[in-house]
Amino acid sequence: MAAALHDQTVAQLAAALRAREVSAVELARHFLGRIERHAGLGAFLATDEAVTLAQARAADARLTQGGAPLLAGVPLAHKDIFVTRDFPTTAGSLMLKGYRSPFDSAVVSKLADQGMVCLGKLNCDEFAMGSSNENSAYGPARNPWNPGRVPGGSSGGSAAAVAARLVPAATGTDTGGSIRQPASFCGLTGIKPTYGRASRHGMIAFASSLDQAGPMARTAEDCALLLSSMCGPDPDRDATSLDVPAEDFTRALDGRLDGLRIGVPREFFGEGLASGVRAAIDAALAELEKLGARRVAISLPRTELAIPVYYVIAPAEASSNLARFDGVKFGHRAKDYADLEDMYKRTRAEGFGDEVQRRIMTGTYVLSHGYYDAYYLQAQKLRRMIADDFQRAFQDCDVIAGPVAPTVAWALGAHGQDPLADYLADIYTLPASLAGLPGMSVPAGFGEDGLPVGLQLIGNYLQEGRLLNVAHRLQQATDFHLRAPEGF
Amino acid sequence: MSLTPTDIDRIAHLARLALPEQQRERMLTRLNGFFGIVETMRAVDTQGVLPLAHPLAAIQDVQLRLREDVASEPDQREANQRNAPAVEAGLFLVPRVIE
Repeated sequence: MAAALHDQTVAQLAAALRAREVSAVELARHFLGRIERHAGLGAFLATDEAVTLAQARAADARLTQGGAPLLAGVPLAHKDIFVTRDFPTTAGSLMLKGYRSPFDSAVVSKLADQGMVCLGKLNCDEFAMGSSNENSAYGPARNPWNPGRVPGGSSGGSAAAVAARLVPAATGTDTGGSIRQPASFCGLTGIKPTYGRASRHGMIAFASSLDQAGPMARTAEDCALLLSSMCGPDPDRDATSLDVPAEDFTRALDGRLDGLRIGVPREFFGEGLASGVRAAIDAALAELEKLGARRVAISLPRTELAIPVYYVIAPAEASSNLARFDGVKFGHRAKDYADLEDMYKRTRAEGFGDEVQRRIMTGTYVLSHGYYDAYYLQAQKLRRMIADDFQRAFQDCDVIAGPVAPTVAWALGAHGQDPLADYLADIYTLPASLAGLPGMSVPAGFGEDGLPVGLQLIGNYLQEGRLLNVAHRLQQATDFHLRAPEGF
Repeated sequence: MSLTPTDIDRIAHLARLALPEQQRERMLTRLNGFFGIVETMRAVDTQGVLPLAHPLAAIQDVQLRLREDVASEPDQREANQRNAPAVEAGLFLVPRVIE
């Protein structure tokens, strides 16, 4: 193998493992060493060498015996939103400090069944609420392209770790953009599948009608490999799991793009869009045209409305989901209290960070008597209108493309005093989330200050294969996805 | 429309959050800032539009699945209680609620 182990993709590592050019234990040790060396990035919240090496030895045994699954021995790491038996799970919150799940989440066990070796748990915004990873109770993760910048969020640790070559791929979750935006900020490929494709069992719930798991890696091919293993029905454990069989998304990768109609929503190119981001997106669209695709101007007229709609619906669901943290069955419990009610209140005030408390307050308010119709129900009606807008747009195009975020990664602390700034920056990812559509981020070059820019691709329901196909073709014509930040 | 400090107290109680005095004011400012952008949403005419709860219901009929009402989980009481702040004899302990 020519390139260093940590510069190899998942596909390359899987092939090298099968050819016995490298062992799973060697790989695990190599990446664990890098994780330790780059601990300053704050990407990992937990590692356990003994657990990881045991998994690696088991993978090596399967590879020696023959008949090992495709990804046997390839290392990965999980966002700390997925519960794991062998590692602590905190969701980035003090509420769950030291929590040990009695079971593995569905996605974690599916990838373990593929023989993948877990390197540990990745930092994220508390309960996945945030766009910068600064809402983690355990400190921010940093962007490997510039440690003074945020990696994005909420899957910020996942993005930082993959970009810094501390792990070849990671899981993330996306509620309003939490896979796509950090992938964009860190120059990675990430995909959020159609709502209901991947089981939510064991994913600590934030907003249940929006939460979806997905992979983050360097290439579209790697995302296809991982996503194929992550999806599939789970009707007994996830009430909203789709009854759609798992697919091998790698089969779709090589399709030609001739005649593909790419819808470009004019609302995604408004005032707030940084010029460097706009230039990179334009160049990526031009590249796709060279590959045979054709640009079609479309409109998603309620793009701006997606912000209030999302920030009413998601906190409403969060306030309900987070009611379970009461200091009784698991998690933090306050030391001093007068009675049961006081125990609940103090436990929750101590365990939850500022942003989580704000969202619980917002959610409680919009669901409360007298306000439900005006806020929550109104938001759900607009949610349907936003979903219908997409269906109208898809009559004229096959995929939709635009920026993931209006800017490149901002400086740590830049939005600190103004949570609204975070909300407004989610404008391009929220519409697809509300509609439950698959969306991805593909490296499209570099914008302001030489920082990565992601091209967002949005497909119609269950069209993940097509998105990965477009991304893969783009990656065969460009090399942005292979660039590494200096020093990594 | 703006929230008042009384609203904040009422919501914090419903949400079971103890908010110290100085945080209450900050919360009020932040929430009012947020509800400023929510007003644009309230102004939209949505008459006759059905609320969308499950996103896939936008294109297909989505039924909530029910399974047979039978126990399918093995007994995991001990494993499940390992994370509890206070247990005794297999029970979760809470402060006294009945005098």
